[in-house]
Amino acid sequence: MATVYIDNKPYEMDPEQNLLHGCVSQGLNLPYFCWHPALGSVGACRQCAVKQFKDEHDTHGKIVMSCMTPAAEGTRISIADPEVTAFRAGITEGLMLNHPHDCPVCDEGGECHLQDMTVMTGHDYRRYEFDKRTFRNQDLGPLVNHEANRCIQCYRCVRYYRDYAGGRDLNAFASRNTVFFGRNEDGVLENEFSGNLVEICPTGVFTDKTLKHHYSRKWDQQFAPSVCVHCALGCNIDAGERYGTLRRVVNRYNHEVNGYFLCDRGRFGYEFVNSERRLRQPLLNGKPTSSAEARRHLDERAAGGRVIGIGSPRASLESNFALRTLVGPEHFYSGMADDQAKLSTRMIEILRRGPMRTPTLREIEECDAVFILGEDLTSVAPRMALSLRQSVRQPMEIARRANIPLWMDHGVRDALQDSKGPLYVATPYATRLDEVATATFRGAPDDLARLGFAVAHALDPEAPTAQDFPLAAEIANALKTAKRPLLISGMSCGSEAVMEAAANVAMAAHAALSLTAPECNTVGAALIGGSPLTAAFEAVKNGRADTAIILENDLYRRAPAAEVDAFLGAAKHVIVLDHLANATTQKAELELPAGTFAESDGTFISSEGRAQRFFQVFAPQNEVLSSWRWLKPDTWQNLDDVLAALSKALPDLAPASYAAPSAAFRIAGAKIPRSPHRESGRTAVLVNINISEQKTPEDPDSALSFSMEGTPDKPPAALIPFFWSPGWNSIQAVNTYQKEPGGPVRGGDAGVRMFEPAAPNGHSSDRQAWFSAIPPAFEPREGEWLLLPMYDFIGSEELSQAARGLAELAAKPYVAVNCSDLAEGAEVEVSCASGTFRLPIRLRPDLPRGVACLSAGIAPLSGVTMPAWGKIERAK
Amino acid sequence: MTSSTEKPLTGNVRPDGSVLDLPAYEQTGGYRAIRKVLNGGMPPKTVIAEVKDANLRGRGGAGFPTGMKWSFVPVGKDTPNPTYLVINGDEMEPGTFKDRFLLERNPHQLIEGAILAGFAIEADIAYIFLRGEYTLAAKRLERAIAEAYERHYLGKDILGSGYSLELHLHLSGGRYICGDETGLLNALEGKRANPRAKPPFPVVVGLFGKPTVVNNVETISNVPHIINNGAEWFHGLSRTKDGGTKLYGVSGKVKRPGLWELPMGTTVRELLEEHAGGMRDGLKFRGLLPGGSSTPFIVEEHLDTHMDFTEMPKAGSRLGTGTMIVLDDHTCPVGMAWNMTKFFARESCGFCTPCWSGLGWAERILRSIEDGHGKPDDLDKLASQTRMWSPGNTFCALAPGAADPLETAMKYFRADFERHIDEHRCPWR
Amino acid sequence: MLTAEEIQEIEREAAHYPKREAVSIDALKIVQKHRGWVSDESLRDIAEHIGMSRTDLDSIATFYNLIYRRPVGRHVISVCDSVSCWIMGCEQMRKHLQQRLGIGLGETTPDNRFTLLPTVCLGCCDHAPALMVDGNLHADLDPRKIDTELENYK
Repeated sequence: MATVYIDNKPYEMDPEQNLLHGCVSQGLNLPYFCWHPALGSVGACRQCAVKQFKDEHDTHGKIVMSCMTPAAEGTRISIADPEVTAFRAGITEGLMLNHPHDCPVCDEGGECHLQDMTVMTGHDYRRYEFDKRTFRNQDLGPLVNHEANRCIQCYRCVRYYRDYAGGRDLNAFASRNTVFFGRNEDGVLENEFSGNLVEICPTGVFTDKTLKHHYSRKWDQQFAPSVCVHCALGCNIDAGERYGTLRRVVNRYNHEVNGYFLCDRGRFGYEFVNSERRLRQPLLNGKPTSSAEARRHLDERAAGGRVIGIGSPRASLESNFALRTLVGPEHFYSGMADDQAKLSTRMIEILRRGPMRTPTLREIEECDAVFILGEDLTSVAPRMALSLRQSVRQPMEIARRANIPLWMDHGVRDALQDSKGPLYVATPYATRLDEVATATFRGAPDDLARLGFAVAHALDPEAPTAQDFPLAAEIANALKTAKRPLLISGMSCGSEAVMEAAANVAMAAHAALSLTAPECNTVGAALIGGSPLTAAFEAVKNGRADTAIILENDLYRRAPAAEVDAFLGAAKHVIVLDHLANATTQKAELELPAGTFAESDGTFISSEGRAQRFFQVFAPQNEVLSSWRWLKPDTWQNLDDVLAALSKALPDLAPASYAAPSAAFRIAGAKIPRSPHRESGRTAVLVNINISEQKTPEDPDSALSFSMEGTPDKPPAALIPFFWSPGWNSIQAVNTYQKEPGGPVRGGDAGVRMFEPAAPNGHSSDRQAWFSAIPPAFEPREGEWLLLPMYDFIGSEELSQAARGLAELAAKPYVAVNCSDLAEGAEVEVSCASGTFRLPIRLRPDLPRGVACLSAGIAPLSGVTMPAWGKIERAK
Repeated sequence: MTSSTEKPLTGNVRPDGSVLDLPAYEQTGGYRAIRKVLNGGMPPKTVIAEVKDANLRGRGGAGFPTGMKWSFVPVGKDTPNPTYLVINGDEMEPGTFKDRFLLERNPHQLIEGAILAGFAIEADIAYIFLRGEYTLAAKRLERAIAEAYERHYLGKDILGSGYSLELHLHLSGGRYICGDETGLLNALEGKRANPRAKPPFPVVVGLFGKPTVVNNVETISNVPHIINNGAEWFHGLSRTKDGGTKLYGVSGKVKRPGLWELPMGTTVRELLEEHAGGMRDGLKFRGLLPGGSSTPFIVEEHLDTHMDFTEMPKAGSRLGTGTMIVLDDHTCPVGMAWNMTKFFARESCGFCTPCWSGLGWAERILRSIEDGHGKPDDLDKLASQTRMWSPGNTFCALAPGAADPLETAMKYFRADFERHIDEHRCPWR
Repeated sequence: MLTAEEIQEIEREAAHYPKREAVSIDALKIVQKHRGWVSDESLRDIAEHIGMSRTDLDSIATFYNLIYRRPVGRHVISVCDSVSCWIMGCEQMRKHLQQRLGIGLGETTPDNRFTLLPTVCLGCCDHAPALMVDGNLHADLDPRKIDTELENYK
């Protein structure tokens, strides 16, 4: 640590960092705009100026930018010096020259970094008397709003969008005081992480367009810490509501998982909670009924004796466990299709037995050689793709040799130029990450697996192989010479062999291993167990059961329609709990409205193996309840009771109880308020129903309260509903919750890792047995195609399909082929075991011969079992 | 070399304005220096030492010692390659017109200088970054480069020495900030010409991330003569500590605006009165900017200052490019300050706040004063703006360069500013 | 569509750089030389040829004074308005031109013959006031002289 003197007081700072980072770490109020902990320093805005002195005798000093100055031992600066204080106020004055001063009508108002910094510098009087430059705003799509006049030319947006996220359709135009940040023409922002612009932009230029449809100020919203449900990575979020409507989702900083950024599916998928398709009250034979009546009916059916329960990989641990308890473990089915069940079981097995360790998303940013086997990460695990875009910037040695501190962003980029760390992408089709890859390999899953086995063999001759590949030696060499190599694979190809091959490579390379999963609680559901779907179908078909309770699971997405029709037709009683009306709920005798993440509490286990708790944002005014509350026995009163029972019945899952403090947790005897102090009209919210102030809803399930009353202190990471500190009203307030910007949350980040390897990596004696089931090479078939899923970032995932804004951008169903005698968009008929479908062609010359892809998860293809052989013929 | 010994840069040019082609240049003694140096004549370190001893200082405006800059380039087997030499021909400083002369009349002098400089820093590739408006220079340089390649003075294995240098001509897209060393590098890389932060310095991380030296046209043009005649000779040309001659220019309402190669350290008075003939009849001298727009005004009392890098600061100014802009008593100083501020505001790249925001504001205030709408506190606002533009407060030297003329205009011609404000008009209109 | 000639010229320049994107400004100027200005279609074609996004290329194009992203007439008159020309009377020059041509700065004559633009210091301050028409420098100007010289530009 270095000693830095600030206004003659000594402070300990990290000498590898710059002075601004150090000052913010110390809680000193130094204003800034263009610097960001994840983006480094460029020295553009000049807001962070301090005065630097040569030594104690130097009384003159000179103004320097703290973000561009290393926190070297013995540095002497002043923040309070009058000249530099006036300079900082002058900078704010300069930034505000052309600003519309439209805070009252600006969405950013109340959580605006520009407001905060203006107050901090003390600039409060407008001397500029001339015209302001104005811009025409652009329509950037349904997710991000553009209001360019508010721009302060800090360049954060383009640095994030282009340099960090790899986007190509946002840039700075023109120059001097008329720089315009936007696209060359109106159009939807193409990058999958464009939504982070709303938090990166320190003013109201880029704001959440979905929020505009139901706008509410930050101080008027009620918040809760939650977890994203739109993939298996488990990014942490804070959800905000008002008047019982979910308004928006913001990033909840988790140093190990999502850091400062979300993907657009995670940020804007929340709109499904407000969808017209929501089940908001129980329906008995299609007619609304009271909760009491619904419960009575449920209890009756459950006691009927021949009941099965079908759980879900997108339902919480608690809900799945409650159903399992209700019907009994022998009658509980995981709700996963057979292949998914097999794959997830294999995944758990691999993660459990080790010795490979699963890295966190943050650790992935530091991996210096990566081999992706079979995964289209940008669509399936988007936030991981963003981490990989940082990991390929590994040749930091080049910067170190030139003595460039790693936070000096442009200097590092100029030094590194285009050099990238090795990234190899082996998938059936071209992915977005190909553009930063060293080399790519296209093949059917069996060939991908064979490549993997070959790479493992190249690393360790004892590992089995069946075929050599020219690329295998290169990949093996890259992994071997790396200090932190990484293998990424998963369930997307539908192939156990692919995952096993990846496991072999990871073992041979002493590398870390990340496996993706499709849904937010695939791993949790796999750990709870239960037989797969066809077993459930069999049970009813064979008459062993006649009643099915289906938890948060649209079976038409799991199996071919004909099979599901048969099952639901054969069952005498079908009870469904879910959020949205869907094909399965339509067939139900009793539909129970299940709380979404916004209206319930529970735990998911991510593909990293991290158990994380999500908390209810609001107590719904209607009959919606957490699924586990519909299903639980009376002996369980609250969430802690459920978790206690779960831990007892399934001890392997016990650590999940520690994902967050229990409901008994208090800070100095007080609960943690969901609402900020200034929430307006909080006592009058329901005055149209009852003029008397309603009793604040109780929350027996968490240490949070549905109120603004509670502790003013900062809660532990798992319980942070919003980031706010005196003088820091914007999302930059995250600084005040971290030990240092860009570092862990004070007190530790949220979540509990369930898998840590049994033996440490690096010792061959600790290696587990090689997987050796190598599939034969893929043989294309005459007149047929191997059908594989092609994942779309927006469209394939179930719940976000019902999000209004995202739905505008969602892909329509298609079949992708590499075929020269059919035109793009031509209609064809695809027939396979799951059915016959009329679809338009998408020409994809990147696909290997004999392989075609169907858009995954998009009706009518949602339930198609793949891989499968099929025919493609011109439509009649 | 005969008559050119006192005027090495310009002594050999043709009075009719035509260009010296390669044979003509060789007749004046051209391409002797490369023969002297290559093939073991003078190893790179010796070339650097000679240029250092000569005390050649950068002629682009900053005056950094050239030999010293070259000595910072990492050389040897384990250093990143290629090494680049970039010649800054982006002459756009208002009032400056000296590099144009050298480029149009004697491009081979520059090319020979480039080969020598390239050899000294072990550069593999050199670029001449030429402003796009210098179309005649572009044509002549293209021709000259082709001639040099034909004679194997450029390209692989020059004169069988084993040293290779590729030289490319690049025409800029047109922005003043391209004349800034690191702005130029970004422009040459095909990007927006925002300057870069230093450190890292171009000698370490420069063009395309590789070690790079950027030198001005006039600077490089001196190198063949230093090599041919030695450091001491170069000292002998000058009147003061800084070595060599200087291309000095005068523009404005003088009798003979023009460009002259004179000993470094020639006084302002000599340049203004002897060579430029003094003010036109009926006009009185009020002040001048000694080295282009980005230098502070000097007035009557400073006329005996020697125009070099060391002496000029004593008059509160700088040598800059050495081309003077003269203000007469029939020209409005406020209008002149406004014109220059407008130039800087327009040419701001838009990266750092005090420049893109402050220059625009200052321009509006000056316009308002010039139009007769000035307010009493406008001068305070302008003064506080110029303080915002001090070196170090901004990202590069553009805004500090804008501060110099404006600050000193308000200092020396304050009464004129006040008159505009008090009388609600420009008295010169 | 870029013409074969444009492509050839661009590739000749591209060979001078180790990175393809470095030729962006050269490419814009080359296409502008052939077509007078850089339209959205031209921008699209150049971007595709180099392998850059349109947004990235336009970000560069709009930074530089000499790249025209709006149509210009057959001849572009660039009047220097920097300090030396200003002292020597560029204002009168500009006013004269505006009156003669009937257009303001940034505008094109109805017959598409001339576009009138301001430009920064042209580097011939001892022969001020000066202007350029297309690639040609005209200096030591007065209203009569410029009228005569403009006759050469049809």
